[in-house]
Amino acid sequence: MDFIIQNIINALQWGSFYALIALGYTLVYGVLRLINFAHGDIFMVGAYIAFFVAGFMLGPALGLSPMTTFLFAVPLTMFLTACVGVTLERIAYRPLRRKGAHRLYVVITALMCGLILEYSNLAVLGASRLKFPELVEKTIWNLGGVTLTNLKVIVIFAAVAVFVILNFIVTKTKIGMAMRGISYDKFAIPLMGIPIDSIIVFTFILGSGFAGLAGLLFAMSYPVLEPFMGMIIGWKAFIAAVVGGIGDIRGAFYGGFLLGFIEVGVVTVFPSTYRDLFAFTILLIILWMKPTGLFGMPQSTKI
Amino acid sequence: MQKYTFNILMAALAVALLAMAQLRIIDNYIQAVIMFVGINIMMSTSLNLVNGNMGEFTCGHAAFMCVGAYVASILSVLCFGSKFGDPIFPEAASFFVFPFIILLGGAVAALSSILVALPSFKTRDDYLAIITIAVNYMVISAIENMDWVGGSRGFQGMKDTVWAMVDSTPAWLAGENDFPWVLLYVILFTAFDIWVIRRFITSTYGKGVNAVCQDETAAEIMSVNTNKIKTVNFMISAGLAGCAGGLFAHVIGYVNPQSFNILKSTEAMVMVYLGGMGSLSGAVISAIVFTVLLEILRSQALIDFLMAPATFVFPDWEPSAGVIKWVMIPLLLVLIMQFRPEGIMGNKELSDVFPKLKKFYTFK
Repeated sequence: MDFIIQNIINALQWGSFYALIALGYTLVYGVLRLINFAHGDIFMVGAYIAFFVAGFMLGPALGLSPMTTFLFAVPLTMFLTACVGVTLERIAYRPLRRKGAHRLYVVITALMCGLILEYSNLAVLGASRLKFPELVEKTIWNLGGVTLTNLKVIVIFAAVAVFVILNFIVTKTKIGMAMRGISYDKFAIPLMGIPIDSIIVFTFILGSGFAGLAGLLFAMSYPVLEPFMGMIIGWKAFIAAVVGGIGDIRGAFYGGFLLGFIEVGVVTVFPSTYRDLFAFTILLIILWMKPTGLFGMPQSTKI
Repeated sequence: MQKYTFNILMAALAVALLAMAQLRIIDNYIQAVIMFVGINIMMSTSLNLVNGNMGEFTCGHAAFMCVGAYVASILSVLCFGSKFGDPIFPEAASFFVFPFIILLGGAVAALSSILVALPSFKTRDDYLAIITIAVNYMVISAIENMDWVGGSRGFQGMKDTVWAMVDSTPAWLAGENDFPWVLLYVILFTAFDIWVIRRFITSTYGKGVNAVCQDETAAEIMSVNTNKIKTVNFMISAGLAGCAGGLFAHVIGYVNPQSFNILKSTEAMVMVYLGGMGSLSGAVISAIVFTVLLEILRSQALIDFLMAPATFVFPDWEPSAGVIKWVMIPLLLVLIMQFRPEGIMGNKELSDVFPKLKKFYTFK
């Protein structure tokens, strides 16, 4: 029993990371119908930004305590990562959108921007891995055989909170209504007096900001940074978003946790090398049976 | 006779290349680059069949290359190597058996593409993209878990076949140097690949593929069996990629599941979109340009020269060519997408741009 609960907690933690990144994918997709393949790398950039922010604050210039650093690092990392995301949108995606380019070209651009981020990081910072400083003192609670660290609680709590916030923004606020409107009909929305570009920038701020948060939390949980850390986790989070039904906030959230549970479940039963094989096979079967994902609506096509 | 000019020129070029390789006018490095050009042409043209002509968006093409590479390598070791027991065939048979080994690898890769073809009946666009990525990961992960082919350590021993071919070369052909058998087969298979695709695209099936690309529902109403078309198209594309994989394994002499990961698939995609979607000649040109560009950017001197302003400002920074290369190539593609999104050729063939060329070639 303890074993099962322990694994459920681990799965929740893994699922939280997937969910946090998948939410960014799904937000951008929901508004622009664009797979932002650079999102996994924005997550990686977020982790690196968190590293430098934390290093600066802990360093001799400011000399803050680790806990204060953590509290300041969260908004600062989110802000700086959001800047990276918005820059990407401004210089790469917006000109293409203005020209009315086919969406495939935008997807290729996104893919290439991801590669540029990875390799320019490698070129500037080198291949040596960085060690993330410990910001939150680790407390381990032992509840009848189940160990729970405060970091895991923070991660799971953050994922749930981000989901609630995003769900509120998208379904309850005016700006959320505009976002849904753009996804529904991109040509009618400007006629209604809605500034389409600002809404899209806002979407990128939200998505990239939460990717930065995920990067910070990931770096705290697994404190080794390398330029390709965002690649695999980004692709997997994207798959999670699609399984949930891409474009749907709930879908990304549940899809992320589903992937986390599948992966941890496989690892507890089989050798850990089988993790990817089983996870992707199950996802393939889900997509085969239900091609638009768990929460996705089939798009009607005009003949 | 005039309409065979281009074909004869190409054949003459191939013979000239082989002769130069045989007489050591071009060294092993240039030969390797030429072989990679051939393999990349096979990869980009076969991916172009799906991404360009059928208008789907698959990003896991390297999975089929991986299947082909492993099947061909295992067969090759079975037939001529000593890793799994005594060789089945005598050395003298090697150059007859070798193409069949590669073709069998391609056939198995084609069968494995059913994994993608079946879900594609119901799904399109982004969802199909995911399925292909998932298949890419599944294939890599499955091979990493097969310990009898070396798992994640990789697999080698294919060079036995290459040496068997070299050893049993007839004396009149061998001369003083080793005959470049792999180069010969890469050239032959590249020609085969272009011939197959050319024939397929101009056939009734090929017209069906274009119809599926333009409007699937309308195509179905016009009595195109879309499911069959998709399956056949995926299988041909994957089969040719499998052949490319088999050749790749024999050129390198070592395969590792991680050399067929998403990055390899991305490379193939870059070539397709650089060349222009749905353009066979564009895919060939872009494969050549891309491979040569990769080799040029490998030069550290060139990178040092290009990065001189940056290293002047930051003297401690030492850019390495292998890394900068992968910043420059995506940057190039981003710029192409901004300023010429249809790629080098658009969806036109070379003969559409220069209509007079039509007189000089035939692929029948």
